[in-house]
Amino acid sequence: MKILVPVKRVVDANVKVRVKPDGSGVDLANVRMAINPFDEIAVEEATRLKEAGHATEVVAVSCGAGACQDVLRTAMGIGADRGILLQTEAELQPLAVARLLAEIARKEMPQLIILGKQAIDDDCNQTGQLLAAMLGWPQGTFASSVRVDGATVTVTRDVDGGAETVQLALPAVVTADLRLNEPRFVSLPSLMKAKKKRLDVMPAETLGVDLAPRWNTLKVDAPPQRKPGTLVPDAAALVHCLKHEVNVI
Amino acid sequence: MTVLVIAEHDNVSLKTATLHAVGAARACGDDVHLLLAGHDCGGAVRDASRVAGVARVLVAAAPQFAHGLAENVAAQALQVLTQHRYTHVLAAASTFGKSVMPRIAAGLDAGQISEVTRVVAPDIFERPIYAGNAFATVQALDPVKVLTVRAVSFGAAQLGDAAAVVQDVVPAPDAGTSRVVSIEQTASGRADLASARVVVAGGRGLGSGANFRLLEPLADTLGAAIGASRAAVDAGFAPNDLQVGQTGKIVAPALYIAIGISGAIQHLAGIGDARVIVAVNKDAEAPIFGVADYGIVGDLFDVVPALLAALREDGQQQQAA
Repeated sequence: MKILVPVKRVVDANVKVRVKPDGSGVDLANVRMAINPFDEIAVEEATRLKEAGHATEVVAVSCGAGACQDVLRTAMGIGADRGILLQTEAELQPLAVARLLAEIARKEMPQLIILGKQAIDDDCNQTGQLLAAMLGWPQGTFASSVRVDGATVTVTRDVDGGAETVQLALPAVVTADLRLNEPRFVSLPSLMKAKKKRLDVMPAETLGVDLAPRWNTLKVDAPPQRKPGTLVPDAAALVHCLKHEVNVI
Repeated sequence: MTVLVIAEHDNVSLKTATLHAVGAARACGDDVHLLLAGHDCGGAVRDASRVAGVARVLVAAAPQFAHGLAENVAAQALQVLTQHRYTHVLAAASTFGKSVMPRIAAGLDAGQISEVTRVVAPDIFERPIYAGNAFATVQALDPVKVLTVRAVSFGAAQLGDAAAVVQDVVPAPDAGTSRVVSIEQTASGRADLASARVVVAGGRGLGSGANFRLLEPLADTLGAAIGASRAAVDAGFAPNDLQVGQTGKIVAPALYIAIGISGAIQHLAGIGDARVIVAVNKDAEAPIFGVADYGIVGDLFDVVPALLAALREDGQQQQAA
């Protein structure tokens, strides 16, 4: 079984982004970039499935600028066998990404696609679901456990109020939540080995997919700032403030 | 403007999140319909017919809708959307809405606007990006706007007398590719985190699952829901569905008490709408103090019992007076 793992290059999770003064977007100049943390979990899960003998090949795919080769190398450092970059300088929204991934899925014919539940830049949480719908496949979103058995995959999902376990007929799409696994540390030798793995680059435009944006960003604002608060000496003083200053208890 | 809201329910009753989604729908247009796909769902339909501002409830009842599987609910919505003209289709950005809505967007070939926090105009929406470190105002270009909406950002529609027209629709067939094997509900008997008036949340500072339970009497005294930081969930101190933050629950209580939570940006993204934030942490440099209205720098194992005692004493004084 082949597993396809889409990965996105995003601002590193530890960077606090700043909104540009003219409100046109966030300032990404000289900001550290990394593989989307949820996609890293997806690569780890696919690699573990291969190590356990459930998969024969793990293919990482990314859509975007040439720099996305970095995150494909990271994915190959974790354990992906090869990478595909669908290269474009265009701003890609989730619908366009899902269409590109659907084309690659039709070519590569994986039995399972695992990707992060959301990207930590646009926080859209939709690409996996869009992709599953486009392919007419079932989906297991927000996975905290993935078990492949024969022609099905059993996914335990983190849902509001608890957990839900679903059984999906393969081929299927799974989106990774935080608890699915803890990605391994990628050693230098693994990274060196990853540099030798195959990475195909093709222009995204050649797939014949409509990449046009479906929304225009009119402006980007910084969130409202909270006023700095006050330190109180003890619990009794706190109760007094909550009761008499702000009347919340 | 005719708006279709995808109802979230457990067949017995409607989820509160849907009442907030109806609130958002009314900001998009006047004519609001609810689509309720369920099985043996008379109770939920009764609730749905009582939601203020809902003109029509479309009911698709069949066994394949018993557990709200995204594949089947989305297929039902797409069937309804081909038969009636709608300008908007939306659901709350709960795990249900997040799973179902993109499948509808794919079927409509529309770009979904996720986690809308404000309806500026029928085609212009505000939404958080980068864990709430920025808010984007976007104009949707597709003929049908597909949205998920952040429940706490919109007032809940009230439940009144049954006023909506209830209409059965032909159930869309079972996709037959997925089935629910089991459901584990975390029963707490406490207020729902996403709509609670007071939230007491714990972080890594609590040190263990046993210590995390120190928050329970405090929450009981305040009638509060209990939340947790990602660090506390990752460490196994608290179940996953208590997680507050960018990738967990977004809360908007009148009072949020953060105990032993340092305040990573991903956590702060989930509490920005709280009216009053209280932080208890032994590290005076913890980022949580940068957003807290009141802070106590101290050992939480001293402060929590003292706070509990102070609250109880205050309650007794009130009773005496």
